[in-house]
Amino acid sequence: MANTETQSILVVGGGISGLTAAIEAAEAGYDTYLVEKNPYLGGRVAQLHNYFPKLCPPYCGLEINFRRIRANPRIRFFTMAEVVSIAGDEGNFDITLRLNPRYVNEKCTCCGKCAEACTMEVENAFNYGMDKRKAAYLPHDMAFPARYVLDPALVKSGEAQKVKDSCPYGAIDLNMEAKTVNLKVGSVVWATGWKPYDAHKLETYGFGEFPDVITNVMMERMAAWGGPTQGKILRPSDGQPPQTVAFVQCAGSRDQNHLPFCSGICCLASMKEATYVREQYPDAKIYIFFIDIRATDRLEDFYTKVKKDENLHFFKGKVAKITQDPSGKGLVLRAEDTTKESLQEITVDLVVLATGMQPNTSDSPLPVEVPYDDYGFVASQSAKPGIYAAGTTRTPTGVAEAVQDGTAAALKAIQSIARR
Amino acid sequence: MEKKTAVYVCSGCGIGDALNIDQLMNVATEEKSVPICRTDANLCSQEGAAMIKEDIAKEGANALVIAACSPRVMYDVFNFENCIVDRVNLREQVVWCQKPGEEDTQMMAEDYLRMALAKVEAMELPVPFKPEEEISKDILVVGGGLAGMTAAMEASKAGYQVVLVEKEVELGGFQKKVGQIATFPYKDVKDNQVVSDLVKAVTSNPKIKVYTGASVEKTVGGPGVFQISIKQNGTSADHRCGAIVMAAGWQPYDPRKLDKKLGFGASPNVITNALFEEKFFEGEVTRPSDGKPVNKIAFLQCAGSRDPHHLPYCSTVCCTTSLKQAIKIKGQNPEVEVYVVYKEMRTPGQAEDLYRKAQESGVLFIRCQDPEVKADDSQLAVEADDELSAEKIVLENLDLVVLATGMVPVTAFGPDISKELVAEPKEGEKKEEELEVPLDIIRRSKILNLEYRQGPEMPALRYDFPDSHFICFPYETRRTGIYAAGCVHRPMGIGSTLEDGAGAAMKAIQCIELTSRGAAVHPRAGDMTYPEFAMQRCTQCKRCTVECPFGAINEDEKANPLPQPTRCRRCGVCMGACPERIISFKNYSVPMIGSMVKAINVPEEDEEKPRIVVLACENDAYAALDMAGIHRMTHNPWVRVIPMRCLGSMNLVWIADSLSKGIDGVLLLGCQHGDDYQCHFIKGSELASIRLSKVSETLNRLALESDRVRFETVSIIDYAKLPALLDEFAEKLVEIGPNPFKGW
Repeated sequence: MANTETQSILVVGGGISGLTAAIEAAEAGYDTYLVEKNPYLGGRVAQLHNYFPKLCPPYCGLEINFRRIRANPRIRFFTMAEVVSIAGDEGNFDITLRLNPRYVNEKCTCCGKCAEACTMEVENAFNYGMDKRKAAYLPHDMAFPARYVLDPALVKSGEAQKVKDSCPYGAIDLNMEAKTVNLKVGSVVWATGWKPYDAHKLETYGFGEFPDVITNVMMERMAAWGGPTQGKILRPSDGQPPQTVAFVQCAGSRDQNHLPFCSGICCLASMKEATYVREQYPDAKIYIFFIDIRATDRLEDFYTKVKKDENLHFFKGKVAKITQDPSGKGLVLRAEDTTKESLQEITVDLVVLATGMQPNTSDSPLPVEVPYDDYGFVASQSAKPGIYAAGTTRTPTGVAEAVQDGTAAALKAIQSIARR
Repeated sequence: MEKKTAVYVCSGCGIGDALNIDQLMNVATEEKSVPICRTDANLCSQEGAAMIKEDIAKEGANALVIAACSPRVMYDVFNFENCIVDRVNLREQVVWCQKPGEEDTQMMAEDYLRMALAKVEAMELPVPFKPEEEISKDILVVGGGLAGMTAAMEASKAGYQVVLVEKEVELGGFQKKVGQIATFPYKDVKDNQVVSDLVKAVTSNPKIKVYTGASVEKTVGGPGVFQISIKQNGTSADHRCGAIVMAAGWQPYDPRKLDKKLGFGASPNVITNALFEEKFFEGEVTRPSDGKPVNKIAFLQCAGSRDPHHLPYCSTVCCTTSLKQAIKIKGQNPEVEVYVVYKEMRTPGQAEDLYRKAQESGVLFIRCQDPEVKADDSQLAVEADDELSAEKIVLENLDLVVLATGMVPVTAFGPDISKELVAEPKEGEKKEEELEVPLDIIRRSKILNLEYRQGPEMPALRYDFPDSHFICFPYETRRTGIYAAGCVHRPMGIGSTLEDGAGAAMKAIQCIELTSRGAAVHPRAGDMTYPEFAMQRCTQCKRCTVECPFGAINEDEKANPLPQPTRCRRCGVCMGACPERIISFKNYSVPMIGSMVKAINVPEEDEEKPRIVVLACENDAYAALDMAGIHRMTHNPWVRVIPMRCLGSMNLVWIADSLSKGIDGVLLLGCQHGDDYQCHFIKGSELASIRLSKVSETLNRLALESDRVRFETVSIIDYAKLPALLDEFAEKLVEIGPNPFKGW
């Protein structure tokens, strides 16, 4: 019998594909470690309001996944953790993790007293900076693990002691430091996911300059009750309901200067978000500026359904420039209608940029050498013997495909240790 | 087991501030004479848990009621082996959502403690199911194409034996007809090594037993204990296996069904993308009519796809396939004029690079929603209104037109059994009671030939794909232990197929491992309970066999249910369906919930404190109630929430129990049903609402108003709406007036 320690699997990334890989392997009877850099599991899907095409909340499936973790002692997870190094070979890897300080230990009961005591507010990264949160916070409504976090800014501030003293359970440790943990595993699944392409780089679209130009991921937060506006879709500049909303497809995607590939999900995401707008504003005028609507498989049905909305206009053409109109209230989109060969200017209240998925491996590669494609995706599922890439680390995908890929990667990881 | 009950009340997190803990503990010690009852200011601390462990070790406590926070948190702290444990959610669902110090709040906490005591009284420790036969860990793969061969290889690499059944005489499926492929990284087309490599690997693998020219004649049993009869050349072979990967593949859409204007059949030079692969597998692309070189070719995309009269969906891969074929032609002779007439170019992910490659190779693209082929003996042309130039384009003197047809899963062929079942009963035969349970789409496609009461194949969703309806769980299946993979699952390209084959193999392995331990598979993975039938009281009404969303229960000729526990998902729908209440789990049963309802103290009418029983889906509605508590949203204090494995396990007798006891109203909180159902037991909430539609009968018998019982669809993110919903129902009950059965 081999060393039991090296019979374990390490999964890096607690988003939907990593979460899946870890749980699937554990339910087949293998010990898994799940490592996540955020203070909570769930990754990007936890920040979505609804999934397309069913318009059902990601929290529902996440709750099932968290139940699976609760019921299964074979899964051990680390949050606020990063992989520093991977040494060794298939069947026998030495892993070094860094656990960043949460400043809250396992005694936390999630009672919320620290947040009550805390007056300092910091930018809310979970809501993409659209609002502030207390510097002692629960990352989001269904955060798993349900444990508070202290922002490092609070720990350094004069308020730190007061917040510490507010905790009845001695759960706050202001001296907590980054910790190193060493693991021995037989195989690794790398599923560190994606980030939204930085819209600031789209110079002609005015993101960052005009507050009413937002991105698709921000729209998800705006539609969610836990978002900055408690689920109301409002113009950031003045908090007013938008009468006209434009979705700009391929914002930086299919573009040699930005992301040359197609992220595959943005068309559906915009159509889904158009339904959020429609639900709240039955009379709002909605435009979707597109090159090709890529509603593959039975997602075509969702496209068919959305097309029936008479106040939703699909505009075939790429938006060249977004400017503010002279009144300072509206945004003017200049686009060529390629079906009419005419340059048009359309004024709207709110612009949503459909930005694509940039693989996190493009700027945070694995700590071991593996092949990447031109865009920073890991070039193949078997990145190197014993190390497997899953989900959007490999190719931009929707949620179902990411889960499918995480499941497949779980089996690969098992093969690496079952052979021994 | 002999139970020794112990109650632990936590006073932390505001519980002690909002409630009179001594008075609460009196419920256990005085009312119920519980031998051990302790309180702690921080029960989840090491000391708190140690106190409980000591009672287990020294006092023999084994039925524990933990009155503290939600069972959704501190699950690892309050996990005691070989003990029955119930959690009273005093924190999220009492003190965080009620006014502190009020009588109503105290009454709520006391009722929840009474209910928990009644619950642990009725609960038993699970005893895992062990079938009489030995569990087989072998895997059956049906279909020897790319997905099936991948599943077989991947399972064998993890150490499992595989039986692979392919209907054709050779392995390889559709892909064996494909000479060149375009897949990751989509920079160019390349020779198709994938399929030949796999065929070699599969046939030389001692762990894989291959049957070609064979079919599955019969599938009996369930996970761990499947018995498979395979027919090959007139002979039969039997195998036992633990799980099945169904990768039976697809067929190209029949081009003869296409609209006449696409020209199929009008000229030999109009072919389909699939025929293109066959015809030009190795050699040069030539004109089919006379074998002469081609000079001008047009591809027409979406031929019969994205068309409500043909295939309403998009087959995902046809754009990439046409690009690949176009690039191949350009590679042979760059002088050939190649046009692609498309509606939307769909090259997601890195496949965008292939689109770019085709453009760079000089392939010309025309965006047109409605092209027309003009074909006769002398001429082949395509007319297209180009949306981009707003001009009518006529491509004349074409040598070849390739119609990009889509994929049809093989499960789409064969008669639909739901149509057969509606046949009128013969005269003299007793007509089955109208159950109104919507039937699944199951076609006699002769792939698995399951001997299942609900039909011989996997139920399909829209357009006959036996897919999962769950975005978050694409391998969810309505036939436990049988996982669809490849293009029968959904249309997909090579890259996805390789993943899907491996993913399905993973699920098959996992199912076998869980089943061999007596545990349930997803979504209650690891659950060691299973339904037990008190057969002597069965009246052969067939409700359980019809309603089980997973087809887990067979039936003998006298309509007695024959449960197949390894097929069971432990949702409890059968338990809810059974009018005789003969179906129970060790820790979840009709009497258990009934006694929880009975444990609620119902104040006299003049106290003006109505009572409401809320039966809530434990995954969504219950979690939403917790989140309302986390946000300290206050709601009506008359409610008493009972979590359900699935609302489909709701037995109508609980409603009768509640109302006859003087409870003023019953509220059911379940998941969305209908086309976009969110119930993870497929039909649970729908069945609950169907059952409820019949409750008026019960209410009439009791001379009660039907408004006292209500079904509400609630999703897990509806927590901000829940308080108003509960309050509004309470107001409605006040309006109706008190339940006249109070005090009976």
